[in-house]
Amino acid sequence: MEHFYAEMYRVVYEGEVDAAGPAAERALAAGLDPLECVNRGFMRALEQVGREFGAGDKFLPELVAAGEAVQRALAVLQPRLQESGIRRESLGLVLLGTVEGDIHEIGKRIVGALLAAAGFEVVDLGVDVPAARFLERARELRPAIVGMSALLTTTMVRQREVIAALRRENVPARVMVGGAPVTPSWAEEIGADGYAEDASAAVDLARQLVGGGKQ
Amino acid sequence: MSRLHPRRSVRPIRPRLSLDILTGKDVQAIHEAALRVLSETGVRFPSDRALGILADAGCEVDHGRQVARIPPDVAMAAIGRAPRRFALGARDPADTLDLDGEHCYLSTDGCGIEVYDLETGERRRSTRDDVYRSAVVADYLDAIAFYWGPTVSAQDVPPSTRPLHELEAAFLGTSKHVQPETILSAPVARWCVEMALAEVGTTAELRRRPIFSVMQCAVDPLGQDGGSLEASLVAAAHGIPTGFMPMPMSCATAPATVAGNLVVTTVDALAPLILIQLAHPGAPVFFAAAPTVMDLRTGGYTGGSPEDYLLGGAFNQICRFYGLPLSMGAMATGAKRPDWQAALDNSFSTLLPVLTGTAMLTGAGMLNGSKILSYQQLVMDSEIYSVVAKVAEGIRVDAETLAVETIQRVGPEGNYLAQPHTLRHLGDIWRPTVVDRSPYEAWEQGGGRGAYDVAADLARDILAGHRPREVEPAVRREWQRILAAAGRELEATG
Ligand code: B12
Repeated sequence: MEHFYAEMYRVVYEGEVDAAGPAAERALAAGLDPLECVNRGFMRALEQVGREFGAGDKFLPELVAAGEAVQRALAVLQPRLQESGIRRESLGLVLLGTVEGDIHEIGKRIVGALLAAAGFEVVDLGVDVPAARFLERARELRPAIVGMSALLTTTMVRQREVIAALRRENVPARVMVGGAPVTPSWAEEIGADGYAEDASAAVDLARQLVGGGKQ
Repeated sequence: MSRLHPRRSVRPIRPRLSLDILTGKDVQAIHEAALRVLSETGVRFPSDRALGILADAGCEVDHGRQVARIPPDVAMAAIGRAPRRFALGARDPADTLDLDGEHCYLSTDGCGIEVYDLETGERRRSTRDDVYRSAVVADYLDAIAFYWGPTVSAQDVPPSTRPLHELEAAFLGTSKHVQPETILSAPVARWCVEMALAEVGTTAELRRRPIFSVMQCAVDPLGQDGGSLEASLVAAAHGIPTGFMPMPMSCATAPATVAGNLVVTTVDALAPLILIQLAHPGAPVFFAAAPTVMDLRTGGYTGGSPEDYLLGGAFNQICRFYGLPLSMGAMATGAKRPDWQAALDNSFSTLLPVLTGTAMLTGAGMLNGSKILSYQQLVMDSEIYSVVAKVAEGIRVDAETLAVETIQRVGPEGNYLAQPHTLRHLGDIWRPTVVDRSPYEAWEQGGGRGAYDVAADLARDILAGHRPREVEPAVRREWQRILAAAGRELEATG
């Protein structure tokens, strides 16, 4: 059994994205518990990569690759988890996207990768996401946090629209915003629950928003 | 103001030095790789209009994915139709720039979000007034040949008409050429053309003297923005020069290797120009690029690293191969203050493109990765440019400059201070505007001021004393009418 966990750990730690799905399939075929695969295999490696990234020993592409490897593994494991009615433990679901009219993607991807490494479940809606889509997915997924990125002074106003839509429909999610032109005073003005300047600050903020406080 | 000398005409660089970063074989290999990607993988053009034009020309179009595969012969025939040489017009015809493959022109940087206030030093959000003021400073500085951006965004104006208000403020602040990177839809492009027509008179005159040109961003890797493409098609139809700027970041939107980044940069700069040439054969177009490497810790845009300098130089060589002018992103330091890092980044990122023959450099004056305007930095970047200009002009060797006669006349133990030859050539010697060369005691007694303080004084003097060439009252009234009409139209649709 242990060599399965070691292999799951290794593919994530080494960032072998394409090997992650097959590793999950082999583990399931051998009769391993899907939740154990997530916790003892894949996520343990991602958290380790996250720690090493924080300490400056690993770099962003390595973290993103580890995060994608976990996503591939989850795509295999999730249906089995759902069948057995288990919800994997996470610090909370974060719904992320870049607002309408804006296609800047890198910053948001990095925020997503760090959140995932810190133990959040992340659903990334991509770029150029209209308010209606944020709302629709938020109603469907009930995220703990909605995170919006905007890199243009002309699109940051869309963050206000999304917040208004969420509040109007009584979606209980907390909202965090970021991106180059966004400032704490802007976040306050549009009624967001928080702003973070970079991805590691975004993780601290997300922890606070779900009630975990700063670690 | 008394300290201001009269405004001088634009000072281009005419480099005599030239540097090859790639061999001819390297350039050929990158070109072939780019053609392979263009024809086999294709590029995303999210615009039905653009896809239609490409399909008609024989490209294989996947309408669902909005991807066009461009065969090498279509690509090369289209690029071959672009003019090798054209001019960027200006409100003041004396400020016209000749993109002739031999001169290099510097602009301001563009689309900043904040300003270090010249008076208080405080960092604050940029406004329309900052657009005007930065244009006035750019108008005065002879190193700055055209106004790009706008240098900062007019955030006190509604987003729908912001590009038009910014264009107006830029035109009012400078009679030099203006190159916005904010014309992101066909309707906005039409209104910009109308504003330019109000100033120059007729469409034929606008074609002859395009007082503005259009810069767009590519959506790396292998993509374009639909609105930007359609806006540029409108501009090209009126003979307005257009270019597209890829900013591939190695490790994020480009391969980690410098050569791989160059392939993506080439594809993303080439693809939209092919489209423009197919739609409007012979329309003036230029390459643009600001390739860089992602910071491995933060994912940030570096705007200054050894790889960036190599990329900046190498891409010029590739553009020379295609025979079209290039606008290269330079002076995009990540430094937060106008400090050692800013000088390091901006010197290298200027020197390499100039030595490899870039036509335009964008641009001076911003900190924090093109996000904060600093007037001091604008003046100091102009000084970096003037140092690079002098270096790039190289050494002239002929009978007059060898000065053998003078050397013999002075002989051993003499000096050259009062020689006619010396007096004749004083004008050749580079002179600082802000670089500090004062003796220590004098420096101390003067309050220990350095380049930064001198630059601040100059910027203040310019703002207080320089009056840009006025726009006719009738034209200003017409612009007001256009802004109002555009406001009604654009607010209703967007
Ligand atoms: C790369 C880039 C592009 C690429 C994007 C490629 C891609 N696939 O993402 C391309 C070339 C496509 C592009 C296009 C444009 N761009 Co651009 N771009 C940049 C650039 C150079 C870097 C952005 C980046 O990736 N940074 C790296 C990441 C890691 O940083 P970040 O995005 O800031 O994210 C961090 C934080 O902000 C925060 N964060 C981000 N999102 C979120 C979300 C949450 C919830 C939280 C908590 C935190 C958070 O954490 C992140 C990680 O640390 C910036 C300049 C700059 N220095 O920022 C300009 C910049 C943002 N772009 C700008 C402009 C003007 C444009 C264009 C309009 C240009 C044009 N004429 O076409 C187009 C717009 C296209 C569109 N409709 O969106 C301007 C915007 C200025 C303004 N006044 O609005 C900038 C500032 C540059 C400039 N001065 O011109 N751009």
